[in-house]
Amino acid sequence: MACQEWQNQLDSYLDGELSSDAMRSLDAHLRTCPACTADALARVQFKRSIKAAAGSRFAPNAEFRAKIQKSIAAKPRWNRNFGWKLATASLALILFAGAVTAYVSRQNLERQQFYTELADLHVATLGSANPVDVISTDRHTVKPWFQGKIPFSFYLPELQGTDFTLLGGRVAYVGQSSGAHLIYQIRKHEISVFILPVGGSVPLFTDDSNVERRQTFNVQDWTQGGLRYVVFGDAAAEDIQKLSALLKAAAAQQ
Amino acid sequence: MPLFEQLYNFAHWLSKNREEAEDLVQETYAKALRGFSSYQPGTNFRAWMYRILRNTFLTSRTGLKATMTVPLETDEEGPVVVLTDPQTPESILLDRSNQQVLQDALEELPLHYREVLLLCEVEEMSYQEIADTLGVPAGTVMSRLSRARAALRGLAREKLQGTQKG
Repeated sequence: MACQEWQNQLDSYLDGELSSDAMRSLDAHLRTCPACTADALARVQFKRSIKAAAGSRFAPNAEFRAKIQKSIAAKPRWNRNFGWKLATASLALILFAGAVTAYVSRQNLERQQFYTELADLHVATLGSANPVDVISTDRHTVKPWFQGKIPFSFYLPELQGTDFTLLGGRVAYVGQSSGAHLIYQIRKHEISVFILPVGGSVPLFTDDSNVERRQTFNVQDWTQGGLRYVVFGDAAAEDIQKLSALLKAAAAQQ
Repeated sequence: MPLFEQLYNFAHWLSKNREEAEDLVQETYAKALRGFSSYQPGTNFRAWMYRILRNTFLTSRTGLKATMTVPLETDEEGPVVVLTDPQTPESILLDRSNQQVLQDALEELPLHYREVLLLCEVEEMSYQEIADTLGVPAGTVMSRLSRARAALRGLAREKLQGTQKG
């Protein structure tokens, strides 16, 4: 290769843009060719001269530097505002979540208290010598008995053809209001049915729950026709469900 | 601030004016901050910044004037003619006192030669980075650089001879 061709590659070589193969060949040539080596040296010096003449030729003054720094710092200020908004939003969210949690836990507490109260009533009633005030298996006797004793009326299901027996009823005081407490029996298990007016301090949780286990009792409760029904007992869950279904059907006929 | 001194130096070399250079740098940072979402991570940040500055300059009044006076680059694709001169001026230019000569020559160079030389020699960008900054193929960068160097040598030589005469 003629020196002219090698020299054409010198700029790329010095700029570090030659492929490694081309660079090795050029290196080899430079070791044997004083003319090309002198040319390369002159180009290196030229490059250095340009860098020396042009690099840092113009320096920004302090005033301008401060101005730019300020204009860039304006961005973080926006970020800070944004940060405040974010913090406020987060705080609001936390407070809201806290309120919801407090509400839910309060609801849970009330609900727990309500069930505890019913459990106490159920157990106390069954343990008493006179569990019921109206002793009758006839719903047509039991229902009128409540008239004048509680501020509402209700319907009881016909039990013929079922395993349930009505043992009787009594007035129950739950959550500072009076309601009907009926006792049913199925295969030696007593089941309490509480019928309570909605409102007052009777907590309203669900419109209709499935049978749940609470304090070792099975419970199903629902709201129907402005009344709160709670079926409560140590009978099997399916029995509680069956009795609930009967009560629901009777109430629906009203 | 990233690249502050370098960008200012480059801006001043482009505009040849302090106020304009300041405006350019300020505008560049403003655009960069505003359009940071358009920066693709992993691509060359420096090239991105220089491209913003250069585009800002090209649309400025001085920039438009500079590009209007630039001759059409019809020779871009042609072979680069390397002038061989036994008396290369490069060794003379090493002398500190001749730095002014080189600065004057650089200032007189057409914009498209000046910028490519600055990016290569001062910013020490790779051909690819320069190509990214200028928005031209890497091959064009190489041929333009050759021409720019030859032009600078020629101008510097003229100036040196002028001072020696005078």
